[in-house]
Amino acid sequence: MLEPGAAALIAADVDHAQTHAHTMPKISDAHPGMTIDDGYDVQDALLGRWEARGRQLIGYKAGLTSRAKMAQMGVDVPSFGMLMRDTCEAEGGTLSTEGLIHPRVEAEIAFVTSADLAGPNVSPEEILAATDYVIPAIEIIDSRFEKFKFDLASVVADNGSSARFVIGGRARRAVGLDLDAVGVVLEINGEPMAFASSGAVLGHPVNVTQLLVAWLHSRGRILPAGSVVLTGAVTEAFPIKPGDAVCARFQDMGSINVRIA
Amino acid sequence: MALDPSTINRFGDELYAALVDGRTIPNLRDRAPGMSIVDAYQVQARMLVHRLAAGETVVGKKIGVTSRAVQQAIGVFEPDFGILTSAMEYADGAEVPWETLIQPKAEAEIAFVLKRDLVGPGVTAADVLAATDHVRACFEIVDSRIDGWDIRIQDTVADNASCGVYVLGADKVDPRDVDLALAGMVAMRNGEVVVTGAGAAVQGSPLNAVAWLANTLGRLGTLLLAGETILSGALGPMFAIEPGDRLTMKVGGIGACSIAFSRESVHA
Repeated sequence: MLEPGAAALIAADVDHAQTHAHTMPKISDAHPGMTIDDGYDVQDALLGRWEARGRQLIGYKAGLTSRAKMAQMGVDVPSFGMLMRDTCEAEGGTLSTEGLIHPRVEAEIAFVTSADLAGPNVSPEEILAATDYVIPAIEIIDSRFEKFKFDLASVVADNGSSARFVIGGRARRAVGLDLDAVGVVLEINGEPMAFASSGAVLGHPVNVTQLLVAWLHSRGRILPAGSVVLTGAVTEAFPIKPGDAVCARFQDMGSINVRIA
Repeated sequence: MALDPSTINRFGDELYAALVDGRTIPNLRDRAPGMSIVDAYQVQARMLVHRLAAGETVVGKKIGVTSRAVQQAIGVFEPDFGILTSAMEYADGAEVPWETLIQPKAEAEIAFVLKRDLVGPGVTAADVLAATDHVRACFEIVDSRIDGWDIRIQDTVADNASCGVYVLGADKVDPRDVDLALAGMVAMRNGEVVVTGAGAAVQGSPLNAVAWLANTLGRLGTLLLAGETILSGALGPMFAIEPGDRLTMKVGGIGACSIAFSRESVHA
């Protein structure tokens, strides 16, 4: 457990590291008793700082979305982070890595909701009915910890390594779509780096959204209509550098192209 | 220097005996250092002679070593192929007796069933589309008759491309109705996701792998026949299996299939 007031101080450190693109020691080094819930308290404090500067929360991202990664970290639920409006970049354009430390790219399925989702036990069917569309996404992650080395509480406090994201390609209605085996190929500079399918995230990305809504409920919150949910990487994350061309191709959902600058 | 016919026959005989007895033999490459890939296909043919003599019939081909990762692991830059016989096919959902296998592993693939002959060389992906009756989801259970899977290209080619048994899914899809390069695969082992993948992992597209096979066979003076089944290569990583496992998989836009394995018999 963190001591009272510590979350706000840690949030100030994380905010500084994110704003000035520098690494920081693992938070648990100075706060060895820190829990995952403490990490989410830091996220709440970060959100307070960001909203005070006019930044807007537009959704959530999930991490640790495979059973193998959860087992490695000794948990049985994914981790979640916040998506801020000013980190959403356009497809077909140039994505600047200025201000990032050691960015990596990964591909995933995004949900965009059309109705509020709330409660501890929302069903997959209710989620699909409340989904405006699903759409391809790539996420640029960047850890404020050296070499992406962290424990779960620290990475949660670092907002799940969130940095930038892009949604694009072909939006699809979620109902009636076979979302458990959508093929995904991630290419960098024309070279295929990863071959995967959407089933990589807990067998079906709706399962991640379901866990997100339950987690939000446990924090006294809901997933409001219009939220963007990044359901977790179906591929490994690959380092990117200025000059790289990234292309993520999704079965029957088009593709996303960005040039890294 | 090419292997002499007696060595080729001896290796083929040894591999067949290992298959029948359910045991492994030392790798071939260290016992015949000059062994070429052409030699290895002759050993494969010798092994097949025994299977046909035992009453099995040829029902198709499998393509192996289709991903860059596997090619790098065994030091080659093109796929290989083996022969599918009537004894290798199980029905969708069947339980395979564990004791009939030696050191099996699983791969999820797309199978092609031909409606016309494909005669290489000169076969393109478009020719493969035109000659294909349907595609289906497929589990290939690979197995090696070589000690500890210690294989290079000569060893696996000689050993019928490490083919074991296979199962085809019930759903048959016209190949023109699916994006084969982006067809996504998710495979589950006992209800947990074990691997995922996509068509492009197979030579950029499974169509390219089938074209490669037709062209390779064409140079050897043989062809792919209407009615044959072709396992086009693993969509994702090969994975380990254990007695009692149940595997299911789905290929987006194509369909599902499943296979199970008996528990090890209590009497050894």
